[in-house]
Amino acid sequence: MSPLITRRDLLKKSLAGAGLVVVAAIMPGGYRILKAEGMPKDPADSCSLNLWIKVTPDNLITIVLNKSEMGQGVYTSLPMIAADELEADWRQVRFESAPAADRYKDPVWGAQSTGGSTSVRHMFEPLRKAGAPAREMLRMAGAQTWGVPREECEAKQGTVRHAKSDRSLTYGQLCEKAAKLPVPQNPPLKKESQFRFIGTSLPRLDVVEKVNGSAIFGIDIVVPGMLYATIARPPAYGAKPTAYDQEAAGKVPGVFKVIPIDRGIAVCANTLEAAWKGKDALQVNWEPGSQPDLENETLEKSLTQHLSKQGVIAKSQGNIGRALSEASRKIEATYFLPYLAHTTMEPMDCTAHVQKDRCDVWVATQSQTGVLMTAQKVTGLKPEQIHVHTTYLGGGFGRRGETDAIGEALQTSQATGKPVKVIWTREEDIQNDFYRPGNCCRIEGAIDEKGELTAWSHKVVVPSIFARVFPERVKSGIDPAAVEGIANMEYEIPNLRVEYVRMDTPIPVGFWRSVGSSHNAFTVESFMDELAHAAGKDPVEFRLNLLRNYPRVRRVIEVASEKAGWAKSLKKGEGRGMAYHFSFGSHVAQVAEVSVQEKEGTIKVNRVVCAVDCGPVVNPAIITAQMKSGILMGLSATLRERVDFSKGGVVSSNFDNYDLNLAPKRAHRPPVANRFFENFPAIYTKFTSSQTGKELFS
Amino acid sequence: MVSLEINGKKYEAEVSPDVPLLWVIREHLKLTGTKFGCGIGMCGACTVHVDGQAQRSCIFPVGDARGKKITTIEGIPADHPVKRAWIEEQVPQCGYCQPGQIMQAVALLREDPNPSDDKIMDAMNGNICRCGTYPYIKRAIKKAAQEVKKS
Repeated sequence: MSPLITRRDLLKKSLAGAGLVVVAAIMPGGYRILKAEGMPKDPADSCSLNLWIKVTPDNLITIVLNKSEMGQGVYTSLPMIAADELEADWRQVRFESAPAADRYKDPVWGAQSTGGSTSVRHMFEPLRKAGAPAREMLRMAGAQTWGVPREECEAKQGTVRHAKSDRSLTYGQLCEKAAKLPVPQNPPLKKESQFRFIGTSLPRLDVVEKVNGSAIFGIDIVVPGMLYATIARPPAYGAKPTAYDQEAAGKVPGVFKVIPIDRGIAVCANTLEAAWKGKDALQVNWEPGSQPDLENETLEKSLTQHLSKQGVIAKSQGNIGRALSEASRKIEATYFLPYLAHTTMEPMDCTAHVQKDRCDVWVATQSQTGVLMTAQKVTGLKPEQIHVHTTYLGGGFGRRGETDAIGEALQTSQATGKPVKVIWTREEDIQNDFYRPGNCCRIEGAIDEKGELTAWSHKVVVPSIFARVFPERVKSGIDPAAVEGIANMEYEIPNLRVEYVRMDTPIPVGFWRSVGSSHNAFTVESFMDELAHAAGKDPVEFRLNLLRNYPRVRRVIEVASEKAGWAKSLKKGEGRGMAYHFSFGSHVAQVAEVSVQEKEGTIKVNRVVCAVDCGPVVNPAIITAQMKSGILMGLSATLRERVDFSKGGVVSSNFDNYDLNLAPKRAHRPPVANRFFENFPAIYTKFTSSQTGKELFS
Repeated sequence: MVSLEINGKKYEAEVSPDVPLLWVIREHLKLTGTKFGCGIGMCGACTVHVDGQAQRSCIFPVGDARGKKITTIEGIPADHPVKRAWIEEQVPQCGYCQPGQIMQAVALLREDPNPSDDKIMDAMNGNICRCGTYPYIKRAIKKAAQEVKKS
């Protein structure tokens, strides 16, 4: 096995020979096919071409993917969508990651990036519309070959067949002829009942590589002659180096160059171990930083104190003041949620090669557009001179939408004139994250004599993610993530007020799986239970009562409670809880069964039942895996994880002190859930039966 | 210069004996299937076998591996019951920790071809998966154990 695999080699392999290429563009007004053409003559140039589907004489179908694979299965679900419309033989379907280019931008977002549960939602229609014309052209090529009407030819399983004369040709045999035909602009799309792949649990296309060890992640990139770079980073926010021993670092055998960069002092060396030794030899002295009194306690205090500040109103309906003062029963709760790190299993890394008129970046990224912009900024090169090669991502969760490590690889490559691979240690990764922000909120609720919820006032204090990432989306001072899942909650409450108080700290914050919902689903649903309890109502009934006009939501809640056996009695010390939330296009309801160990003062989650309605289902097994993944990560976030701060910086550093509940058991922290339990959790996904058209959960 | 035997092949690397085996395997010898996760032996992503024992290669000095038989993910045959079960059960999500998980599972089944649930959890407890594929891992190990029993 050659480890020197680059995307270029993969492209070369798949581009051998001529064939049909569907060239399409996503336009602001929608999606349309521009033209089809033969294979590019120079495979090296193929990176600049706008290809979505390639059909080659070797009978392989290659789907080019503009979304990144970080575990969520898009390197399987997206090819399924295109291949279904194409009537391909699934065994012949391959995939490639798209280069960074305008034409590969997400049609809704206008950026080439992966996140927000958008891959299937945004690419479902475009990929079908790329598959359909290719299918029709292959049918037409068959019809012309045999001199029969196209209508008599059927495309199925990678073959065009003329039943009357019992003749058939494979897509590989027809692709060159098909490429010369005009492209039908609006061919009919298949009906739902005609889907072959969509809605089935086909095996993932990335699994074999990931099992045999050949899958290439960012950290695995090898470029001949490359250097390794490591960066000495400030221990506190805003701290600048006061002194360091550049000479001592330079004397370490293998060290090539010491370079002060934006984020610290980079040491470039022939080997990673030499770079690390060089970093130690720097013996950097750092000034105290911008907020030396930053500690867990001061941070918590500050978050709480911000509750008494006046914020901006994100939602106001009814008369909250009157409703609260006239309530027969009023309750109040304050919630505090800590900062969290992403801790992707693959720490941040990037390989870059900056040359005079060309720049290559190999990286596990969620944002090809971001990489391209960063490379333009650092190198001053034109977009067409910059080549972004997307590898597999060893976890993303929002962290890999950032471009900090990419900037470091670019800067060090530019300064040394050589390809450079930057690999962060776990300590660098945990201490230099863009964290899920800490959050503090106070909720007040009112109940009338009949036990009906009449008012909900929700004041949330949280640092702003959007102020840094997308400032243009902060409208009237409201960070959309701060109030998502509160201001737009489905529950119909006559008097509702949502107020947002922004808190600024030196701690960088960013998108962390589910973003604002990771706070707001927890606080809204926790408080909903407090209210149901105060009203003396069943928590499921209490919720359903607020959702009279939302049958889709009601159904999700009903399914979760039915499947969980909501009404069944529990043993002493056991409890059952319900939560519902809508985020990023999906309605999810879950029932958790929990036991309380009174003596230890701990709880244990025994079972979670989950119902999800995420719209059209491409691959049920992948959805199930995603939901299980989200449930475990949510439990970890809720019950265990927190980033610790001291002396103006982050002191959490590695898995021995950043407490993932997924991490090894430690004596002082008993497990909160059996993460291996086979029936935990149970997932019910909503489908539309292709036979009856009826909705069902299974 | 350190001489090593990895997956039955001889290698030589120009490194000092205190360099962790992980970095020699990955960056010097380009066997990149073995992954880096924490550098302190707490996550299991770097698990390899040294003389048949599962070891965290990120804290295993390469000098101590001299004269021993090292096996990495690339050295486990494609038809090994554990690799086959991992594919059949569709275990990986992002996939980054899986070579380490597989190496740990192979070592477990070699030591105990019919492990109890508790034994599985105990043996796999030091291997972290941020995607949360644990239920799939457990199912795959049980399936592989059945395969081993049959053969």
